[in-house]
Amino acid sequence: MSTQDELARVVRDHAGRLAGALVSLLGDFSAAEDLVQDAIEIALKRWPAEGIPERPDAWLFTVAKRRGLDVLRRQQNYRAKLAELELPVRPPADDRLRLIFTCCHPALAREAQVALTLRVVCGLTTAQIAAAFLASESAVGQRITRAKRKITDAGIPYRIPRDDELPERLTEVLTVIYLLFNEGYLSSTAERTHSRDLVDDAEWLTALLHGLLPNEPEVAGLLALIRLHRARTAARFTPAGELVLLEHQDRTLWDHAAITEATALLTRTARRHHAPGPYQLQAAIAACHSEAPTWSETDWPQILVLYDMLLVLQPSPVTSLHRSIALSYVRGPAVALAELDALAGDLENYPLFHATRAQFLRDLDRPAEARAADERAAELTANPALLEVLNERLAR
Amino acid sequence: MKYVLMFIETEEFEKEFAALEPAEREVAYRRVYQWFDDHRDKITNRGNKLQAAETATTVRLDGGRVMTTDGPFIEGKEVVSGFTEIDVEDLDEALRMVKTWPGCPVVEIRPVAEV
Repeated sequence: MSTQDELARVVRDHAGRLAGALVSLLGDFSAAEDLVQDAIEIALKRWPAEGIPERPDAWLFTVAKRRGLDVLRRQQNYRAKLAELELPVRPPADDRLRLIFTCCHPALAREAQVALTLRVVCGLTTAQIAAAFLASESAVGQRITRAKRKITDAGIPYRIPRDDELPERLTEVLTVIYLLFNEGYLSSTAERTHSRDLVDDAEWLTALLHGLLPNEPEVAGLLALIRLHRARTAARFTPAGELVLLEHQDRTLWDHAAITEATALLTRTARRHHAPGPYQLQAAIAACHSEAPTWSETDWPQILVLYDMLLVLQPSPVTSLHRSIALSYVRGPAVALAELDALAGDLENYPLFHATRAQFLRDLDRPAEARAADERAAELTANPALLEVLNERLAR
Repeated sequence: MKYVLMFIETEEFEKEFAALEPAEREVAYRRVYQWFDDHRDKITNRGNKLQAAETATTVRLDGGRVMTTDGPFIEGKEVVSGFTEIDVEDLDEALRMVKTWPGCPVVEIRPVAEV
């Protein structure tokens, strides 16, 4: 692990805890978040030279507190509170949970939810978030500033939602994490090195959430889903960094211990809760793929059933597209192509629609149409990994 | 915290409402009155129902000279049709309250600035 990675990990482990504790003590989300961010910036400058201190949390806390006292010379109202501040020995886990729900409040725009969560809970700096999303630092900075102002001015509370509100609000939180995961995993634009960090953050956040809400089945489902995908990372790229499709991956490179563990988590969850939600279903599909010894031995009928269940809960043309792939193995490419063509209206501009169509057409021995479809897919995507795959097909 | 709730009508809602039988309309009004009663302790100013947008007159003072024109300040398919002021703990409480609103289809929740 590089020093930078280790720094990022140490910061992430402590930033959310520190922010959570400071927000509850100061009662001011924005002020607390500024203090933590300042401390992180200083740590990222000094730790590479001085080494990571023995107790990074105490170090960050001391710096945050000192910065806070500086601010107080200008703003008297927090003086009493800050002066009494001690680093909580073991701050209640609730603090970080409250922090996550505040950052992902539905009254904030989705982009603001994502940026705030990465910054406040994961401890990323504005520059790191901007790099991950290929956005300008000033744009991300403004988004965060506006969101923090809205939290204060609009009265967005710093607390865990009530039981009757929890399912809806948890869905919001999981959507944000799923978005991070997807952005990292299937990034449309971002460079690979950055996007892989986002998958890391998404897994870490889900694990944290699972630790705090162990009985929420969809949290467990999302955790299993992310871990099953990550278990295949070593086989997903060639040493040169080119994407390898699942079908052609070297399955001996997969992390089979991680697959077993994630599958066990999924099974335990399914046993306790009988109506699986969308994340559990997606994880179950990933588990079917991960447990197959070879591509040809994949349990396609089971995958087809899972997609049908998923479509009931969350009908979406993209899900139907994935279902059509399973269908092609169960009932043949002609049936699958007919189903896929029915989605043309919704997915005309979606590159994977044309790439999948090309695959079915090739299986049906219609090479000229297959080629045209691959060309259309290549026109529609800027994703370097997908372009490589398409160009390789077209060069054949 | 104090918030103003702005009740907003859409063209479609207006048309549907106009097409109701008088008795149905009466039921709809009664549900709105009931909502105000249910939240009596949170409502600091009952606000008012506004006359239709066609009755609005807009005065522009920002162009160097005063301009008086017909209609609401924004030409839109969604217009403010009434308002009320509430005093609640935070945005979540305002949201809970608004989710039970039985009237028009859009409600904007705006915090009142402390001056």
